[in-house]
Amino acid sequence: MTRLNAPMGLLIDRDQPLAFNFDGKPYQGFKGDSIASALAGNGRWLLSRSFKYHRPRGPLTMAGQDANTLIQLGKEPNVLADRELAENGIDVQGQNYNGSLDGDRDAILGHFSRFMPVGFYYRCFFKPMGVWDKWEGLIREKAGLGVLDLEFEPEYYDKAYLFHDVVVVGSGPAGLSAALKAADAGASVLLVEEQPILGGSLTYNRFDVAGSQADNLRADLVGRVEQHKNIEVLTRAACNGWFADNYLPVIQGKRMYKVRATECIVASGSFEQHVVFRNNDLPGVMMSSAASRLMKHYAVKPGNRAVVLTGNDDGYLTALELLDQGVQVAAVVDMRPAPESEQIASAVLSRGVQVLSGHTVYEALPTKGNKHVRAVDVRAITGRGEVASKGETFDCDLLCMSAGYMPVYQLLCQAGGQLKYDDDAAEFSLSKLPAQLRIAGSVNGIHSLEAVLADGERAAQQALQTLGLADGAAPAAVSCGRKVNFEWPIFSHPKGKDFVDFDEDLQAKDIVNATRLGYRDVQLVKRFSTVGMGPSQGRHSALPTARLVANATDRTVTETGVTTARPPFSPEKLAHVAGRIFDPYRRTAMHHRHNELGAKMMPAGNWQRPAFYGKAEQRDACMQAESQHVRNKVGVIDVSTLGGIELRGPDAAEFMNRIYTFAFLKQPVGKTRYAVLTNEHGVVIDDGVSCRLADEHFYVTATTSGVERVYREMMKWNAQWRLDVDITNVTSAFAAVNLAGPDSRKVLEKLATDVDLSPEGFPYLAYREGHVAGIPSRLLRVGFVGELGYEIHVPAHFGEALWDALMAAGEEFDIRPFGVETQRLLRLEKGHIIVSQDTDGMSHPGELALEWAISRKKPFFVGRRSVDIVMAQPQTRKLVGFTLPEGTKKPEEGHLVLEGDNISGNVTSCEFSPAVGAIIGLAYVGINQIEAGSQFPIRVDGGQMVQATVVDLPFFDPDNARQAL
Amino acid sequence: MPFSLLKYGLKNDYPFERDADLPAPTELKPSYDVVIIGGGGHGVATAYYLAKYHGITNVAVLEKGYLGGGNTARNTAVIRSNYLTSEGVKFYSESVKMFKELSNEFDFNIMYSQRGQLTLAHTDATVRAFRQRAEVNKHFGGNTELIGPQEIKELVPTLNMNPAHMPVLAGLWHMDGATARHDAVAWGYAKGATQRGVELHQLTEVTDVIVENGKVTGVKTNRGTVQCGCAIQAVAGHSSLMAAKAGFRMPITTYPLQAMVTQPVKPFLDPLVSSSALHCYVQQTGRGEIVFGGGSDPYPLYNTRSTLELKESLLAHAIEMFPFMANLRLMRQWAGITDMTSDYSPIMGLSPVENYYLDAGWGTWGFKSTPICGKTMAELVASGGKVPELIAPFAMDRFDVFRQVNEMGATAASH
Repeated sequence: MTRLNAPMGLLIDRDQPLAFNFDGKPYQGFKGDSIASALAGNGRWLLSRSFKYHRPRGPLTMAGQDANTLIQLGKEPNVLADRELAENGIDVQGQNYNGSLDGDRDAILGHFSRFMPVGFYYRCFFKPMGVWDKWEGLIREKAGLGVLDLEFEPEYYDKAYLFHDVVVVGSGPAGLSAALKAADAGASVLLVEEQPILGGSLTYNRFDVAGSQADNLRADLVGRVEQHKNIEVLTRAACNGWFADNYLPVIQGKRMYKVRATECIVASGSFEQHVVFRNNDLPGVMMSSAASRLMKHYAVKPGNRAVVLTGNDDGYLTALELLDQGVQVAAVVDMRPAPESEQIASAVLSRGVQVLSGHTVYEALPTKGNKHVRAVDVRAITGRGEVASKGETFDCDLLCMSAGYMPVYQLLCQAGGQLKYDDDAAEFSLSKLPAQLRIAGSVNGIHSLEAVLADGERAAQQALQTLGLADGAAPAAVSCGRKVNFEWPIFSHPKGKDFVDFDEDLQAKDIVNATRLGYRDVQLVKRFSTVGMGPSQGRHSALPTARLVANATDRTVTETGVTTARPPFSPEKLAHVAGRIFDPYRRTAMHHRHNELGAKMMPAGNWQRPAFYGKAEQRDACMQAESQHVRNKVGVIDVSTLGGIELRGPDAAEFMNRIYTFAFLKQPVGKTRYAVLTNEHGVVIDDGVSCRLADEHFYVTATTSGVERVYREMMKWNAQWRLDVDITNVTSAFAAVNLAGPDSRKVLEKLATDVDLSPEGFPYLAYREGHVAGIPSRLLRVGFVGELGYEIHVPAHFGEALWDALMAAGEEFDIRPFGVETQRLLRLEKGHIIVSQDTDGMSHPGELALEWAISRKKPFFVGRRSVDIVMAQPQTRKLVGFTLPEGTKKPEEGHLVLEGDNISGNVTSCEFSPAVGAIIGLAYVGINQIEAGSQFPIRVDGGQMVQATVVDLPFFDPDNARQAL
Repeated sequence: MPFSLLKYGLKNDYPFERDADLPAPTELKPSYDVVIIGGGGHGVATAYYLAKYHGITNVAVLEKGYLGGGNTARNTAVIRSNYLTSEGVKFYSESVKMFKELSNEFDFNIMYSQRGQLTLAHTDATVRAFRQRAEVNKHFGGNTELIGPQEIKELVPTLNMNPAHMPVLAGLWHMDGATARHDAVAWGYAKGATQRGVELHQLTEVTDVIVENGKVTGVKTNRGTVQCGCAIQAVAGHSSLMAAKAGFRMPITTYPLQAMVTQPVKPFLDPLVSSSALHCYVQQTGRGEIVFGGGSDPYPLYNTRSTLELKESLLAHAIEMFPFMANLRLMRQWAGITDMTSDYSPIMGLSPVENYYLDAGWGTWGFKSTPICGKTMAELVASGGKVPELIAPFAMDRFDVFRQVNEMGATAASH
């Protein structure tokens, strides 16, 4: 393992060597190495196999911006080897191969590429009818890249919030100068950089013949940034999206910062673009910037003998850098007729390097098995995309290429920015950015260092003006300086493998052929050919695709455009986005008592409630015993989860009157009243009990699962009505029980000494306040289960004390807790509906026999108009009670009611009732099936039919005498 | 290797005719018998069946963007018929049957893939609703069962049976559940329609609908005015806006719906799995990517922007369902625009404007209805406005007379 001498190797610490395995073989590296750089340092270039043809692939960008370096890191698939740090002892594997990475048997697919023209799968595998089912399985086996470990347990990831005046994305020269300018003026600045060190292109690019300018400038700018008290720096951090109003997710380590920026300056730079020629995907063929990064960042010699293929002067500077680091440069192949800067070109010539202007690499020649580049065939360019019939071969093990640059437009297009192609510059530029989003540097089409610095300051100055921190007028736009993009760096080869999209193995002809079939729009080209759909999301394929499609369809590149940029900018782990998962799990104040009593718990929304007290398999027996106990003695149920809403203010009664169907204006203080809520369609969506505590004070209950919605509806309506009423959801402020059964008064009398509990003093449907076991309580005498009973609502922190007091006081009366399932049985025996169980999205009051709960007189409540219309129409179905003899196969809730061959309704509630001695239930039936005593068929499990008999409700205690005791 | 592959390989040049799938752009004619506004799956399917079954080919499909670029491109390609109402089940069952034949009918592989769809119930209320849906489905001959935790574990061994403290109590196992290459469905219809003489005009935006004496007579476009005998609007996401151009209102509220996809990994998940309580559904595509979808955004908007909030909650729930997916990498997030009706069923048929037909209100469930909707809309047009029985329940005036077809429980986050 030999490395170049310092100052090469900015990112590595040579004092800290490390060792790891790749594909079963040991390799060495240094702390700070990426996996890819460490492997390259060992002369290992083949990192992965391509998606479709399984071609060998090696480093392309060395910046984590391509799919060539995707590897499997232990349990993690699709890890970017040129971004992930190498660590001692890690075990790295290749991906997507059959056999071994070096000897992938599926590489044979590449030889069959001519049998698989673009979109061939739309024309194959389906004839004769039915064969697709078999083909699909075979094709599916070949899908995907890495392997996901299905046993993996999520690790700890979290989120944090940051707020800054200015967020600068990218710490290249533009970003550094923008950050400094903004910070100097007093703005609080966050500077976000993907790499471990600041400086962007200053850390790897060469800007001058001498090769000293970048280092000097970087030392100065970074030094000032690091000293600045107004600048917070995040390195190894990716700003991974732009969401409305500069809401930016920044991922660093195992954390996602959610950043709010008043002003955002994107100085994201540009992606160097590849040249399209045959075998441009071989390991050893890479972007010029990748070779520079290997040298400057990691002190890795990218090859021994190089050819530099370029469409701008930067290639010459790369050649100088290669020469300085001891790499032989066989030739600089310049696609342009002549270099732009005489000075730079002559510096290369003076080092004895052959320069071929107006030439291109037409084909890269591979070693056996396409493992590496061994030579290139260089031809004179004779026209756009055309070359001479003969050329010269140069041996080399490294080909650096640069066709030009594409702005890193992803965040900006997510923000609504639009790309326009400038035919002269042969480059896309951005326009129509939202307010308070600025761009600077090469993403803004500025390509000379001095101009880039000025552009950073200009962007910062604009931001400062919005912030009110500017010290003068905004400076004028900065001009670009030089041309860096070659117009047509695409040289199709009759034998193909001239890749436009490396991720998806798409060749130049694939793009053209898609347009030939009629897929002219670039979006259709993408969808038909899959160009840009891979992990790198078109970072390198978008520009050549736009050019090829424009050319093939006689449109401009601007008209053609590129496909939509969407978040995230770079692939992000689900764990990062999810963060610490928050799933409320709500326990009532009496939860521990239920557990002690052996309750079978069930979820009710976010809440946990006792279903019954006993083992799951004893459900029916428990329920029946509990229900009999309530009917004969006394039981207690935790109803804390019941929604509670307080309404206070001069308009409280008016508000109640508008929102609920009943009349509430004259509800007496100290009385309760049933409250039904309908929506604007006249559908019943919730119910509860309204208590009037005072003239201007109501306390109304709602269903456990419905209270959030009820509260939201109330807030929504009052936003329009603007009544003088305060509405508060107090559900979690109260704990509550329902004490029910013939002995409930006796139990309560022991505890509620300041309330007159006599039938006259506290009659059915009355409301009282007092103390139960010394606890301030709200007492409602209501009868959901049809027995003498009291709902007792107390401040939540007294919940457990209340429970304990009731259980102790009830001991002599053999008190027993009962659960939600038992309560459902008890209320079913009384024919009381549960909204959402016995109602559906269409149930109106007429179907539910709730006409009595609808005010006849009041002109308005939410849903009034609809209720009136629906009730005036002939009904089609109705909810009825039914019975089946004991021993019949019990219908389940959801089973269908039939009328002839048609579905006429469904069972909503059904249980065996020990009190009635039969199976009882509620069901929607057709309007011709409602007559008491008549029978209707229910289809139960296994398709069997049972005949149910319609009965009048309630099933039990028809005169409702028990609850009124 | 199938014969067709060999055939391609033995030809020297690209083996297909120029414009073999979609015709080159042409000028607009001044007049057509039928103008279809919207070149998504529904629009081109309607054109296809008009040409194929009714011999009506003087038809222009006008698309403001590119073919199938709206919700056809953005949906997550779930095909199923496990609805709640008789009307819904009958309608979608027909669609599933038609989907199975499409590749061979088009001579173009839409990659129909019957994987089965499993929807999870975490509350007893959902168990009740699922039992009803299974029963309704079976009543109409569908393959849907309510299954228990043990069977769920066998179907999807990687599923966490207690996600977010909500134990999986049961599942609705819809064996007919499937997916297909959604774009290919639009292309197959467009190819079949244009080969029969229908004109497809992309980048042609209808800017106004011309109504004279209560009757549609033409449309104005960015490329000039076109006369027509009748018009169909099939513009999911913009139905109420287009209706406004024709001079009437629709009972529709429009919300964005987002979805997202990961990088490809080796296949491990065959069925489509969804949980309405967690607002999350998950499937693995033929390419190996995992696609996630959830509920609509909480507020109305005509915009396809992405939000961080939805991504955060959706992926948190995805990890609850499949904890190991924490290590997957998300590649792309996008949005479509959905036209929601209050009963979660579509609006098809006549409109207040004579000869102006509606194909709208498809909310989050439009893709799966493409074949049957196209076929019945074509019947409607060809008969001069006689509404086929299958779509009669979905008439817009059902909202005036309170005859909704309520599918609320059958759509949320199941798509």
